[in-house]
Amino acid sequence: MENVIEVRGLTKSFNGKEVLKGIDLSVKRGENVVVLGRSGEGKSVTIQCIAALLTPDSGTVKVLGQDIHSLGEEALKDLRKKMGFLFQQAALYDSMSVRENLSFPLKAVLKIKDPAEIKMRSEEVLEAVGLQDAIDKMPSELSGGQRKRMGLARTLVVNPEIILYDEPTTGLDTITSQEISHLIMDVQKRYKATAIIITHDMHCAKVTADRILIMNDGKYIAEDSYEALENSPDKLINSFFKF
Amino acid sequence: MLSSLTRSTRQFFEDTGSAIFFFRSFSRNIFRSDFYWGEFIRQCYLAGVRSLSIVLLTGFVLGFVLTLQSLPTLKQFGAESFVPDMVAISVIREIGPVITSLICAGKIASGIGAELGSMKVTEQVAAMEVSGANPIQYLAVTRILACTFMVPLLVLFSDIMSFLGGFAGINVAGEMTAVMYFNKSFANLVFSDFVPAFIKTIAFGFSIGFIGCYKGFNASRGTESVGIAANSAVVAACVSIIIIDALAVQITSLFIYN
Repeated sequence: MENVIEVRGLTKSFNGKEVLKGIDLSVKRGENVVVLGRSGEGKSVTIQCIAALLTPDSGTVKVLGQDIHSLGEEALKDLRKKMGFLFQQAALYDSMSVRENLSFPLKAVLKIKDPAEIKMRSEEVLEAVGLQDAIDKMPSELSGGQRKRMGLARTLVVNPEIILYDEPTTGLDTITSQEISHLIMDVQKRYKATAIIITHDMHCAKVTADRILIMNDGKYIAEDSYEALENSPDKLINSFFKF
Repeated sequence: MLSSLTRSTRQFFEDTGSAIFFFRSFSRNIFRSDFYWGEFIRQCYLAGVRSLSIVLLTGFVLGFVLTLQSLPTLKQFGAESFVPDMVAISVIREIGPVITSLICAGKIASGIGAELGSMKVTEQVAAMEVSGANPIQYLAVTRILACTFMVPLLVLFSDIMSFLGGFAGINVAGEMTAVMYFNKSFANLVFSDFVPAFIKTIAFGFSIGFIGCYKGFNASRGTESVGIAANSAVVAACVSIIIIDALAVQITSLFIYN
C-alpha cells in the first residue's frame, strides 16, 4: 500500500523553543493513525505542518507524493482540495448558515455552479453526520457536538482523500465524544479517507486507530496498535492507557 | 531607552514589510476571473448602507454649524451673502471628504478589523486556506474594493446633506430662498473643485478597507487581539486619511490652483 503522507526529519521552533525535534511519519492509504501525547508536545503543530499552515524549520513533508512546502500557490491549492482539516473548535464560518458553510467550499474550491448538485452534496454529508435538520441554522445555534459534526460535514463535502483531525472530541461530554469517534469510523468506511487523528481521548483512540503514535518531548517514542501499547512495560507509555 | 527605540524601529520596518507583502497579495488577486461578486455586493451594502445614516447626519450638522459659525464674522464685513459660496467650497474641497472619511474609518475600518480579527483567532481564515479557497480574494479583495467604491458615494451624500444643513442654518439666522441659496452655492464651484476631492475620496476609501483588512488578517491569537485589531485599524486609517489629505492638498495646489 502506498504512503499518502511521508514526513522526514521535521523540526519546528517557536521563540527559540524547539517543539518538533526531527519527526518521521508515514501514513498508508486508508489508514487511521492516532497521535497521542501531552498538551504542548507539538501534535497539532505536526498536522499544521502537514497541511502547510505552518512552515517547518527543516525536514520534508510529502503529501500524495508532492513536497507540500515547495509547491507554488496554485499547486498548493490543488493539493489542498484533496485534504480536509477538522479544527479543534470546528472553525465554522459564523456569518454563514450551515447550508452556506457547506456550499462555500463547493462553489469556491470545486467551482461547482449547479445548485442541484450543491444541494444534493450538502444534504448527503449532513445525512452522513446526522445533522439533516440543522441545514438552515446558524453556527451559533448549534451545540458543541453539532458544531464538530458540522465541521466534519464541511470537511467531507469536498470528498477529501486525507483528513486531519485536531482533537475532534475535546470539550465534549462522554456520550457525544463516543458518537464523534464512531462517526469518524463511519466516515472512514464510507469515504475511504486516510486520517491522522490528534487526541487525548483514549476511547476515541481505541475506536478509531489502526496504529497509534505516542509523542513525548518533540519526538515519537512508540508506535504500535492500541492493544500492544496498552500492555507496554514502559511506564510513560502505559500511563496514557490508565484512565 | 536605546533598546526600546531599536525595538520600535525594527517593529516599524517589520510592519511596513508585512503591509507591502499584504498589498502584493491583494494586487495579485484583484483581476482573477473568479471574483466573488455576491460577497462584494454584500460588503458594499455593509460598508455603504449601514454607514449611511451617521454620514447623512454628520453631513447635515457640518453644513448647519459651519453656516452658523461663519455668519456672524462675515456679517461684520457685510459679506454674509458669501456664506453659501464659502460653505460650498469648504465642504466640497476639504471638510466633506475628510470628515466623512474619518467617520467611515471609525465605522467601517473597526468593523472589518474586528470581523477579520475574530475570524483569524477562531481559525476560520485557516479553515478557508486549508480547504483550498483563497481568503485574501474572498475576504480582503471584496472588502477593500467595496470601501473604495462606497466611501466616495458616502462623501457625495454627505456633501448634499451639508448643502441642506447650510440652507437650514442660514434660514435659522436669517432668510434666503432655496433657489438663491443653491445658485450662490454653485456659482463659484468649478470642475477642478470636484475632481481632486473625488480622487482623494477614492484613496481614502481604499486606505480604510486596506488597513481594516490588514489589521484583521494580522491579529495574533487570543480575544484581546480582536480589540487591538479593531482599535489599531481605526487609528491607522485616520492617520492615513490625514496624510493622504495633506499630500493631496499639496499636489492640488501645485497643479490646479496655481
